[in-house]
Amino acid sequence: MAPPTNRRTGHSKKAQFSAFTGYLMAALGALVGAGLLAFSIWKPNAMASLRAEATDLTVPAGKVGAAARSDSQGVIESVAGYFDAANKNARLKREMEEARVRLAEAKAIEAENARLKALLGLREEEVKPIAFARLIGSSSASTRRFAYLSAGSDDGVKPGMPIRSPMGLVGRVLEAGDGSARVMLLTDTASMVPVRRNTDNVVAFAEGRADGTLRLRLINLGINPLKKGDVFVTSGAGGIFRPGIAVAVVEKVTHDGALALPLANPAATIHVAVDPVWVPQAADVIAQPAPGGPQ
Amino acid sequence: MMVERREGARMSPTHRDSFGKTINRDHSVILAHAVPLLTILLGSLTPILPIIASGPVMPPFGFMFLLAWRIVRPGLMPPWIGLPLGAFDDLFSGQPFGNAILLWSVAMLAMDAIEARFPWRSFWQDWATASGMIAAYLVLGAIVAGGNFEPQRFLLLIPQLAFSILLFPIVGRIVAFFDRVRLFRIKVIG
Repeated sequence: MAPPTNRRTGHSKKAQFSAFTGYLMAALGALVGAGLLAFSIWKPNAMASLRAEATDLTVPAGKVGAAARSDSQGVIESVAGYFDAANKNARLKREMEEARVRLAEAKAIEAENARLKALLGLREEEVKPIAFARLIGSSSASTRRFAYLSAGSDDGVKPGMPIRSPMGLVGRVLEAGDGSARVMLLTDTASMVPVRRNTDNVVAFAEGRADGTLRLRLINLGINPLKKGDVFVTSGAGGIFRPGIAVAVVEKVTHDGALALPLANPAATIHVAVDPVWVPQAADVIAQPAPGGPQ
Repeated sequence: MMVERREGARMSPTHRDSFGKTINRDHSVILAHAVPLLTILLGSLTPILPIIASGPVMPPFGFMFLLAWRIVRPGLMPPWIGLPLGAFDDLFSGQPFGNAILLWSVAMLAMDAIEARFPWRSFWQDWATASGMIAAYLVLGAIVAGGNFEPQRFLLLIPQLAFSILLFPIVGRIVAFFDRVRLFRIKVIG
């Protein structure tokens, strides 16, 4: 392809000036960008309101897309369901039997729990979700793992609030606009959730790795007690997440912890609930919503 | 003689070439300039698509459309266009604000420099240029994105990079289509 001729400005002073000004402004644009970038790395929340307003504007389109996604998932699942219906039936029956046993165990534990709590004088209280919403999009081209939520401060959503699906913890609110919010998913590299093993008190931090997995870092180093298939739940430490929400299942044991898969896969999650911050005092502490690192 | 024939064609009321105005039909200035900008802005809006990705998988469509327009129509957009378009991209991409403003502006300047150095371009050269640009864009983006991103995790970018590079010629064809839309002649009076 022949080179374009519009670079040659000839003797026209006007053309020369406009070419020169174009390059000058491009260089200035790069400088402005570098300045803004440095500023937003230094102060991650500086542009939060601007971003929130922009996301608010796109929420209607996002909601339509999310609805289409949930419908199409239903279609695909029901078609796929025909192919291994018999296997699935057998497996479900077996799982049902196991679940009955577990339910009985859980009831026993619940009873014991109630007794112990009564002993301690703790009040049993149900956590009521602030809002129910949809995940309408995510930062799919970036190495950060953010998602956009179709509820904002009009629905009572505030930064720091945990987001969970029926399967477990999804993430927490980072910035809230009027009708939308930005969620830091568990798998974001700045996300760090205090967790414990559901069967005992092995405590760890669940850190995101940006590729859909979590790294569990044990707090007490020593012999690694983890096994593949161990389930981790939130421990309640830090005061943001209430204790006992399912977080992840161990996939591969490493020398200082494990790699784990989040139980609530955001890709398969359509409806999520926004919970209040567990300990209200913690809400004041999370003025900087990303303790794990710069946003 | 060549010149004569072209002049003749332009004066003829029945000529059917793809450029220039005809009787009652002319290009729209608004269409000619808005279409490229709109395609890039739409590319920047891909985070609003209902895909909750578990890793960086989606190509940076806004940036790819910018590169494709720059390659298909050099000089159509001024070199400073990275400032406004990049600011829009930064609102949705999840990167820290300023990332796309800086990298898009630098990319526009770099494209001019590459074009001045290798003026006779071909398909393969354009693809190689775009691939290099996209690779640099993704790697630099990962560096400034923040979080606890360890250096060995750059392997995470390889699928996204491969996908983006393979998709670039298709983006180029889409841009070529929109270039025809852009120069669609609409009815004018007078």
